[in-house]
Amino acid sequence: MPHLAVSHIAKSYDGNPAVRDISFEVAGGRVLALCGENGAGKSTLMKMLSGATTPDAGEILLDGKPVAIAGPSDAMALGIRTVYQELSLLPHLSVAENMLLGRMPTRGFSFVVDWPEANRIAARVLADFGFPEIDPAALVSSLSVARQQIVEIAKALVAEPKILILDEPTAVISAAEAAKLFDKVRDLAANGTTVLYISHRLEEVYAIADEIVVLKDGRSVLSGEVAELSQERLINAMVGRPLSAIFPERRGTAGRPVLEVEKLSLGEVFQDISFEVRAGEIVGMFGLVGSGRTEIAKAIFGATPAEDGSIRLNGAAADFASPSQAVRGHVAMLTEDRKGDGLALDVSVIDNAGLASFARYAPKGVIDGAKRRQLVGEKIRELAIKLADPAQPVRQLSGGNQQKVVLAKWLLVEGIQLFIFDEPTRGVDIATKVEIYQMIRDLADSGVAVLMISSEMPEVLGMADRLLVVRGGRIVAELLPRNFRPETVFAHAAGLEAGAEPGERLH
Amino acid sequence: MTETTAATSHAQPALLQRFSRADLLFVAAILLLVVFASLASDAFLTQRNLVNVSRQLVTNGFLSLGMLMVIRTGGIDLSVGSVLALAGLLATGLQEQMHFTAAIGVALAMGAAVGFLNGWLTARFNLQSFIVTLATMGSLRGLTYVYADTPRYPVDEMFRALIGGAFVGPIPVNFIIFLLAVPCVWFYLNHTVSGRAAFALGVNKEAVRLAGVDVNKHLIFAYVACGLFAAIAGVLLASRLGIAQPSVGIGYELDAIAAVVIGGGLLGGGGGTTVGVLGGVVALAVVDNVLNLFNVDSYYQQLLKGLIILVAVLARRKKA
Repeated sequence: MPHLAVSHIAKSYDGNPAVRDISFEVAGGRVLALCGENGAGKSTLMKMLSGATTPDAGEILLDGKPVAIAGPSDAMALGIRTVYQELSLLPHLSVAENMLLGRMPTRGFSFVVDWPEANRIAARVLADFGFPEIDPAALVSSLSVARQQIVEIAKALVAEPKILILDEPTAVISAAEAAKLFDKVRDLAANGTTVLYISHRLEEVYAIADEIVVLKDGRSVLSGEVAELSQERLINAMVGRPLSAIFPERRGTAGRPVLEVEKLSLGEVFQDISFEVRAGEIVGMFGLVGSGRTEIAKAIFGATPAEDGSIRLNGAAADFASPSQAVRGHVAMLTEDRKGDGLALDVSVIDNAGLASFARYAPKGVIDGAKRRQLVGEKIRELAIKLADPAQPVRQLSGGNQQKVVLAKWLLVEGIQLFIFDEPTRGVDIATKVEIYQMIRDLADSGVAVLMISSEMPEVLGMADRLLVVRGGRIVAELLPRNFRPETVFAHAAGLEAGAEPGERLH
Repeated sequence: MTETTAATSHAQPALLQRFSRADLLFVAAILLLVVFASLASDAFLTQRNLVNVSRQLVTNGFLSLGMLMVIRTGGIDLSVGSVLALAGLLATGLQEQMHFTAAIGVALAMGAAVGFLNGWLTARFNLQSFIVTLATMGSLRGLTYVYADTPRYPVDEMFRALIGGAFVGPIPVNFIIFLLAVPCVWFYLNHTVSGRAAFALGVNKEAVRLAGVDVNKHLIFAYVACGLFAAIAGVLLASRLGIAQPSVGIGYELDAIAAVVIGGGLLGGGGGTTVGVLGGVVALAVVDNVLNLFNVDSYYQQLLKGLIILVAVLARRKKA
């Protein structure tokens, strides 16, 4: 009898389906990897299993019996523990209190916390996990991000879960720490725990999983034993087409340098950053989380200016002190956090799209409504944004269409010479991705310089005319398309041994 | 023996580190104020005046302790002044119908019930506590006037003699009751499951919910405690003054919020200690007292208190 089964489960947010129809089964003591692109529905599926949200349709079965998971406490009562991708730790609280949140040991009366016992339990779990050096009494805010992730995982281990869900658990931890995590996962599985492992790193999936389920656009499209699924088949199922049909062709016509960055430094964040982006060129920037890639872009855009070094735009000094200066200087940046600082979700499409281009339709401070509708309408058609009415709130649009609204906002600004894209396709379905890639390529072909930051390797490898790899706040490699191999790029980004190859310029 | 000494000497710097520079400056400022007051006025360091200060700070003391519990959850309770007024009226007015202890019981139950209503509305419907308690503040004030639009006087003289007018040695009983409440709040905040959960959900409610904790229960408890403390303050005040007025307590919530903020509390949750709030209460009481001794106009008192709050918040700004 399968330990956990999910049957035709579905979930929509504000009318946008996040999960359409997912079904799978996994037996007790097995490690199941859930693979899929961003927006495939992995996180929503996980949230339904952990009770963070409830499904609209379908069933979750445990040992053959349907179970209702209405809230996190229901999931926990069933022995389901989840490690979320975003850290959910409370920085002002100690490691032990975070790990035992909601189940603090008590003494005497049931409402009196037993602090020494809490510290003992936390210490035991951490030691068992292979991290005896983490002090249970230390404040979480005093730990490194990697160590915080370890505590986050340890928190799920406290209650000896029957089903453990790990969502991208290795995104911010070192290889050595990941090895300890894998040991623990195997250990738990050997003792009968079912593990759901979500990761977009295929090498990890093959190292740890027994079975794989591939999700695409909210559906489960492929499942099977790891040994029977080749990487190629997996990628094909995840992406829905061979890699070659996704990215527009490179023209390779780089003109004069538009952006010249020299010896840019900002404290511990990044140091000695030098590179250039030419007109008509897409320069990719790849690095792991915390490598400093976003911070470099923010420095160029004036959001968090650098302390040292120089930035030149078309040969003139361009040390912007604020984003508004940068926009006036013909630089646009599409941030990675679309919902946080790219869009006002409850405001209409037309207001959002027109937010950066007042100069075109309100030169005297009074908005010319007809002009604005016409300008925004043009972009809506041009970008094929699917909506019922330009007056509807952006929140009601799908992730892909939301991202297109952000794009429209910047395309409406005239005379932009440098576009910075930070994770331009995060949370976007594959069809829209292909459209966005084409738009970015068209922008470059029109003579604009493009700097594209991404943590999705296929994307940077498919798009960039040149690739900068960032690690520890420094540019560690600059690669040309003929040297674009995932192993090489990853080795540079992770700081692993990699022989310099001809054509690579090591910094 | 040597082991103990080693342990203490090891603990010493840790204890000091727990206090930020702002805390130390704050303590120094209070001491400076006390020294200045005692040098400048002969009346300040007299037993009579100190007894006065200690009795007067009880009201804001209870309100501030309650407010601290709510503010640590990321909320606020504006209704405490209205609860205080109604509680005082009930505890005195009902003495015509029942024994004064029963009247006090009704007053305290009313405070807890209003707190429950505040907490329940905030938690159950995910409303902003500012709005919810703004509404109960107004409604309850209206209800207070409906119940009694003229002052009420206690019937049973034991009501004053045993509580508000009583002393143990030189120390007022009111003040002793307050001093007993302080460690209770400290224990709740630091050593109870509910207190820790309430603090955690002030920092990140979603994280606490995802940990499987019944968020609403702990949130409501904090509001109940706050309402109860406001009612206690109202009963003690009526007992001390020997009169309960329907207009009493207007604006008291601001003094309580001020004491919590001065004591390191962060509006929006995640800060504030019992000791800090105690310091805030004492500081505000001493300032009031000193200004009174020097016959400073009460408008200037308001002005100065506002400035003190600003300075205290600015001094703590870096920490957050």
